[in-house]
Amino acid sequence: MSPAPADFPLWAAILVALFLLIGSGLTFLGAFGLLRFKSFYERIHLPTLGTSWGAGGILVASMIFFSVTQSRPVVHEILIALFITVTTPVSLMLLARAALYRDRTEGNESVPPIGPEPEDGLSQQTE
Amino acid sequence: MMRAVLPYPLLSLGLLVMWLLLNGLSAGHLLLGMFLALLAAKAMTALQPAKPRIRSWAPLLRLFRIVAGDIVRSNIAVAQLVLNRGHRERTSGFVTIPIDLQDRTALTVLAVIVTSTPGTAWVEYHSASGELMIHVLDLREEQDWVDLIKNRYERLLAEAFE
Amino acid sequence: MSGLILSWSITIAQVLLLAAMACAAIRVMRGPRAQDRVLAFDAMYIASMLLLLTFGIRSGTTMYFEAALIIALLGFVSTVALAKFLMRGEVIE
Repeated sequence: MSPAPADFPLWAAILVALFLLIGSGLTFLGAFGLLRFKSFYERIHLPTLGTSWGAGGILVASMIFFSVTQSRPVVHEILIALFITVTTPVSLMLLARAALYRDRTEGNESVPPIGPEPEDGLSQQTE
Repeated sequence: MMRAVLPYPLLSLGLLVMWLLLNGLSAGHLLLGMFLALLAAKAMTALQPAKPRIRSWAPLLRLFRIVAGDIVRSNIAVAQLVLNRGHRERTSGFVTIPIDLQDRTALTVLAVIVTSTPGTAWVEYHSASGELMIHVLDLREEQDWVDLIKNRYERLLAEAFE
Repeated sequence: MSGLILSWSITIAQVLLLAAMACAAIRVMRGPRAQDRVLAFDAMYIASMLLLLTFGIRSGTTMYFEAALIIALLGFVSTVALAKFLMRGEVIE
C-alpha cells in the first residue's frame, strides 16, 4: 500500500491524482451512461468518453508518475494512447454499421432512410 | 536509390519509434529496430497499398489543434448529458451531410475525427453520392452540425490532401 | 503527504473504474440486442485496461503496461470480429 517513495514531490502527486481522477471519472460516466441511455445509437457515443480523455487522463498520470520515480522521461504510454485513438473509431464504425444493417433487414422503421428518430421499440425478438 | 531503400519512410520511422519505446533506447535496439523497420517496409511494398499524399502539413497541424480542443469540450458536454438527463428534453438523431472530399486518406481522417469526438458517431458513407450520415447525441439544430463538419473539418482536410 | 494523496487518488480511481466495469457488465447481461452487448464489452475492456494501468502506478512497476497493451490489442480484435459476425453471420469469409 505504499505507491510512492518517500521523497515523491508534492506537485507531482497532485498532478497524478488530478489526472487519475479525471480519467477514471470520465470512464465511469461513459459506462454509467451505457445504463442510462435508451437506444443503441445513443449509447454508441459513450465508449468514446472512456477512450478519449478517460484513457488519456490515466495514461498522462502514469507517464508523470513513472517519469518522476525513475527520474527519466517515460513515454511508452503514448503507444497505448495512439493505439486506442486509431482503433476505437474502427470498432465503433463497424458496430454502428452492423447495427444499422440489422435494423434495416428487420424492417425497423426507426432507422433512416425512412425515419430520423432511432428507438429501441422492437428489440427483444432476436435474442 | 532513396525510394528503393525507404519505400515508406513514415511507416519505417513509426515502427522504429515503437520498437525503441517498447525496448528502451540503446545502440543494439536502435540497429535491430532499424533493420526490422526497413524489412517491414519492404514487405509492405509487396502489398502495394495506395500511398497517401499529404500536400501540406500546416492545415493538418491546425486541424489537430482544433480537434484536440473540440474533444475536450465535447467530453465535458457529454459528461453533463449523462449526469442531468431529467433537466431538459434531449433529442438525438441522424444527420445527413453532403461531403465533397474524394481522397481516401482525407475521408479516413474525417472518420477518425467524427467518431473519436464524443457526441457524434460516423454511421454510413455512400461514396457514389458523397453523402455521409452521422448520429448526433444532442441534436438541436441540424444545420449547425452540417456547418461544423463542412467548415471546421472538411475545409482544412481538403487543403491538406487535395 | 504526497504518498497519502497518491494512495487515496489511486484507490478512488480503482473504485471508479471497477464501477465502470460493473455498469458495462450489467449492460452486457441486459442487452437487449447483440450489438448492445458488444458495445458494452468494448467499454468493459477499455476500463479493465485502465484498471491495470492504475495497478501499475500503485505497485510502481512498468510490468502492468505490457499486459494493458495486450488487452487493448486483443479487445480491439475481438470487437471487430464480433461486429463482423453481427453484420454477416461469419467471421472469416
